[in-house]
Amino acid sequence: MSLLTATRDWIDDRFPLTKMWEDHLSKYYAPKNFNFWYYFGSLALLVFVLQIVTGIFLTMNYKPDASLAFASVEYIMRDVDWGWLIRYMHSTGASLFFVVVYLHMFRGLMYGSYRKPRELVWLMGMFIYLALMAEAFMGYLLPWGQMSYWGAQVIISLFGAIPYIGESLALWVRGDFVIADATLNRFFAFHVIMVPFILAALVVMHIIALHEVGSNNPDGIEIKKNKDKNGIPLDGIPFHPYYSVKDIVGVAVFLMVFSAILFFAPEMGGWFLEKDNFIPADPLKTPQHIVPLWYFTPFYAILRAVPDKFLGVVAMGGAIAVLFVLPWLDRSPVKSIRYKSVIFKVALAIFVVSFVVLGWLGTQPATPVFTNLARLFSVLYFAFFLLMPFYSVMGKTKPVPERVTYHAH
Amino acid sequence: MRLLLSLLTLLPALVLASGGEQLMHADNNLSDSDSLKRGAKIFVDNCLSCHSASFMRFSRMGQDLGISDKELLSDYMHGNDKVGSPMNTAVDKAAVATFFGVVPPDLSVVARSRGVDWLYTYLLSFYVDNSTNTGMNNLVFKDVGMPHVLWEQQGLQKAVFKTEKDADGNEHPVFEKFEPVNAKGLSQTELDKKAENYQTTVRDLVNFLAYLGEPIKTYRQALGVKILIFLAIFFVFAYLLKKEYWKDI
Repeated sequence: MSLLTATRDWIDDRFPLTKMWEDHLSKYYAPKNFNFWYYFGSLALLVFVLQIVTGIFLTMNYKPDASLAFASVEYIMRDVDWGWLIRYMHSTGASLFFVVVYLHMFRGLMYGSYRKPRELVWLMGMFIYLALMAEAFMGYLLPWGQMSYWGAQVIISLFGAIPYIGESLALWVRGDFVIADATLNRFFAFHVIMVPFILAALVVMHIIALHEVGSNNPDGIEIKKNKDKNGIPLDGIPFHPYYSVKDIVGVAVFLMVFSAILFFAPEMGGWFLEKDNFIPADPLKTPQHIVPLWYFTPFYAILRAVPDKFLGVVAMGGAIAVLFVLPWLDRSPVKSIRYKSVIFKVALAIFVVSFVVLGWLGTQPATPVFTNLARLFSVLYFAFFLLMPFYSVMGKTKPVPERVTYHAH
Repeated sequence: MRLLLSLLTLLPALVLASGGEQLMHADNNLSDSDSLKRGAKIFVDNCLSCHSASFMRFSRMGQDLGISDKELLSDYMHGNDKVGSPMNTAVDKAAVATFFGVVPPDLSVVARSRGVDWLYTYLLSFYVDNSTNTGMNNLVFKDVGMPHVLWEQQGLQKAVFKTEKDADGNEHPVFEKFEPVNAKGLSQTELDKKAENYQTTVRDLVNFLAYLGEPIKTYRQALGVKILIFLAIFFVFAYLLKKEYWKDI
């Protein structure tokens, strides 16, 4: 017995190393018919790790102090060796995290990956999304530019709309009467310790829950129904090496997109790094046009669509909350969009259009025409979810195959 | 549904309507090191007396633009600073503020917040206006506190406005053109030459401001090309590896 196997056995007697490797990688059987949409789970994990690692390096030179923060970011950009690369990786990574997560969620939406028995996988994913929004929101305050400052000012003032306790709550969150040094300090603490910690725990739970029930697939059928004599799903292949090598291809493509943005357009025309954020935060000077970062704009549009401030906050919260109950809204006899009724396909298409248009409207000034448009698409957004229990059982579904659809390449 | 359609057809018009003022194109070139050097000289001679660029060090500028420490000290640093010191103002900013009404902003990243086209247009758009403190106004920055520092290079100009009616029948003054002031004795060719020289001066200055906003930019792009080539090769091998593993599935 070689020293290597001896070491492994020694560990295995004390810690389930081999068992974990097998349970989650070499003997975790995933359906063989994963398509393009299945890259985004592993990519989300990659971006998460990138954000943690670049974040650690940024904290080494960033100063969470209202009088030093802006200058310390420019110090990182100019005087720290490779600081500009680390900073751009972090800022590009933040936006691409949302791109990847939105595509990952849309995959689940299309193929019914939230349906029984994967309700908890979806729920934990939703909590990850919630934590990610908190993480991004607080991280965006740290450069202490005008948009950092006023974006946070607007969002936190929303707490003030809650009856009775609102103003005190906003004061408690800020730690001051306006966004100030106290806010910056606590947001820094939340951004670098608390939320990443919660995120990491949620990601582990998300994966454990997934591996407990097994992955869904584009056909939305359970591969565990058809097993060979050894109990291995006939349509399943070990995650490692098959999907590990496949995901590396996805990583290569993703890194090309990531690098193209990072090296040639890190501001992404003002979408990833806003122009006004190159002006230091000035509590006395409100920018003409305060816009949240692009990944929040659909919800911002819903907020502004409601005339009453408090009800607007409720609607915005509801737009996120309704995603949590999705597993119990869909009553279609089939999971995947491939076999769902035409009416469901149309509903999904309307939802996608609504989400994108709301996102665009959230970046525009709230003119009367735009506000009316935002109202229309907000109604459509909510209709997709709230009417799902009814339209999901309407129309004719297609017959679901017994085995997954797969054509060898 | 009809309402929706009519609203959707309106969208492009609405987007265009929210345009704002017309900006000229700076057409600056970050890889033109002569232009950057000229711009640096204009910057330290004219801007740095009131504006700081405190995130930038003289030595970094020297390294990037090929200016020796000796040259920096003699031609670019008006004072006995160390070359590693940041570009701070020679005067007290608060004193400047009492004179012009505002604290002159730090210019380190001004090209990133304003954009080069805005800066270029701004520096070309000063015109005589006796109603302001400085006797000058600016087309893209109304009632700006900053005087027209480079007026000698440009010469004075006045703005000619025409009156236009908008859709509601209200009259607005609309900018038509600039006309030189006190240009007697200068031929049209001489005026054109002067205007051209000034545009070059401003282009050089804006080019330098763009460099100042992100000194690493040209290096970043050059490195990006190499990284993308590496990733393309990596992709080919990753794809072949995947194909090899998957051929039996």
